[in-house]
Amino acid sequence: MASLKTLAKREEKERKFESGHSLCSGCGLSIAVRTILNSTEGSVVASNATGCLEVATTRFPTSAWNIPWIHNAFENAAATISGAEAAYRSLKRKGKIDKETNFVAFAGDGGTYDIGLQSLSGALERGHNFTYVTLDNGAYMNTGIQRSSATPKGASTTTAPAGKETYGKERKRKNLTEIVAAHEIPYVGQASISNLTDLSDKADKAIHTDGPAFLNVLSTCQLGWRIPPKDAIKVAGKGVDTCWWPLYEVDDGEYNITYEPKEKLPVEEWLKPQKRFAALFKAGNQEAVEEIQADVDEDWEKLKKKST
Amino acid sequence: MSNGNKEVLTGHQVVANAMKQVEPDVVAAYPITPQSEIVQYFSQYVADGEVDSEVIRVESEHSAMSACVGSAAAGARTMTATASQGLALMMEIVYIAASMRTPIVMTVANRALSGPINIHCDHSDSMAARDSGVIQLYGEDAQEAYEFTLMAQKLAESEDVLLPVMVTLDGFTLTHTAQVAELLPDEAVSDFVGEYDARHPLLDVDNPTTQGPFDMPDYYFEHKLQQVEAMENVPERFLEVQDKFNDVAGSDYDGLFETYRMDDADYAIVLLGSTAGTAKVVVDELRDEGKKVGLLKPWLFRPFPAEGIKDALIDKEAVAVLDRSLSFGSSGPLYLEISSALSEEKSKPRLYNYTYGLGGRDIKEDQIADVFEDLEDPDLESKMRYIGARQ
Repeated sequence: MASLKTLAKREEKERKFESGHSLCSGCGLSIAVRTILNSTEGSVVASNATGCLEVATTRFPTSAWNIPWIHNAFENAAATISGAEAAYRSLKRKGKIDKETNFVAFAGDGGTYDIGLQSLSGALERGHNFTYVTLDNGAYMNTGIQRSSATPKGASTTTAPAGKETYGKERKRKNLTEIVAAHEIPYVGQASISNLTDLSDKADKAIHTDGPAFLNVLSTCQLGWRIPPKDAIKVAGKGVDTCWWPLYEVDDGEYNITYEPKEKLPVEEWLKPQKRFAALFKAGNQEAVEEIQADVDEDWEKLKKKST
Repeated sequence: MSNGNKEVLTGHQVVANAMKQVEPDVVAAYPITPQSEIVQYFSQYVADGEVDSEVIRVESEHSAMSACVGSAAAGARTMTATASQGLALMMEIVYIAASMRTPIVMTVANRALSGPINIHCDHSDSMAARDSGVIQLYGEDAQEAYEFTLMAQKLAESEDVLLPVMVTLDGFTLTHTAQVAELLPDEAVSDFVGEYDARHPLLDVDNPTTQGPFDMPDYYFEHKLQQVEAMENVPERFLEVQDKFNDVAGSDYDGLFETYRMDDADYAIVLLGSTAGTAKVVVDELRDEGKKVGLLKPWLFRPFPAEGIKDALIDKEAVAVLDRSLSFGSSGPLYLEISSALSEEKSKPRLYNYTYGLGGRDIKEDQIADVFEDLEDPDLESKMRYIGARQ
């Protein structure tokens, strides 16, 4: 278990992810990536799906990555890293390389929940020794805030916008963490950029698990969520403290809630600071807020049952 | 061949055998007719400990090529095999594999693209990849498919090439039929392909590389020109690889295409793949009747050996190009290449385009003889002809 101080010290010693990239201020992606990479002292080879993280960190001839990094396409971060990992096993067995290396794939929610789901599922089932990290900000932010299957109910996006007839997305989001857990892989964790030691502990476990591991990390987007950049951590924290985004893990099939808020806040506390949910608070949409609260309550109770 | 071993084998078996002898570090593949048995045979070799390779049994061809890119970028010798819809599904990543300069060797068991769905041979699948940046070699029989698979490895890994190589063989016609093939001893293949040392492997954690970064308009164009340059280096490297292969195998490869009784021919047919076997029989028969006919069969289709083929055809009376795929709204892909190769010449043969064999439609000796007969007519109208199709 690494404290924030330890993570900072490790980063001082070895900057795996450099500053100078063009991610927005208040973007959750770099916070998540740095925390995850600093959670291991071992070497990491990363694959990265197309998206903000890839575009903003590798504009040729620059790169923010001081670790081996590969981008292939949008939907195949998992298949790509599985190829690199298989190559590693093969070359190691043949005595052509000798160093221990860890493999991590980074992708957004669009690149995972939607277009990359098959590639992820296949790689998990095949049992590659890698960690797949979904940086979930709930829409296709890189292409201009379009709806994904991770977009929360009630959010307005550019392709499912609020209008005279609707408050925005009317469907509940896909529960990817549970879909991945159904693959019965050794380690699954759900984390948030608001709770960095929790995220780091999970990253440490995931990276050092033998076999496939998965992290679903709630990550902010100031443009898509329509929040002030300075509030990124605070707003993500509301997602956790309302239990809209519970922090838990499925470690060898065993469910553990890793953080239980002292007081479970009403879901409005998560929704209200984000302008993407603004239409929910207009006249006539109170029912939708109640439905969201009911979903959160039901899911939280289900999760608690699984963790006992 | 001097020290070989003649056997009766299917196209599947010879390609799987070539893969076994190359001993790639990684194979990633997904089943599809008529390719499946190649990977089945190879998997059995792995299961029996006859070859030391990691086989990634991916959940789609898209992931097959994606994993191949990851593996080849990592520094591993990497192979795959596919056909038809499988190649179409992996197409996005075929382009990326070429642009990332990953020397992947892929077999394509040629099969018609849907729709309508059809499992039999034509060249619509590999032709759809002709602008992807991969090198393409077309084999006539199991022997060529075997030898090209071995040569492909050396060609792909040539330092000033570093491109994927697609080796095609006609689905069913070659994959599923038993033919006499002569295989090299394992040690001869090992010596020929040698060890592969990737220049900037992703797995070199002490010298980290960023692979597949994002280009804006200020660099994209130059990176594409680097691919152009790599492609331009292929013919010379292929000839060198052939020389080296001839030394090992006792074969006599000496070009980018094969000519059959072309020297004094007035009339020529140009085509790719297994139909060349039938065409050679027809050429022999017509030669016996005193007709001056010949055949030209490109081995290399990408890059297209335009200069050499132009020289081989320029003095002919008439040439028929037989395409086994369509380019809707235009002429056949092979015809376009030949036409382009001859375009600058003032005096050139009359040139005709035929489409044949779509979706596995048989082409018979008399139909090929009819084409030669057509060519003798100096007033033959220039239009697309569809051999053996009900119209």
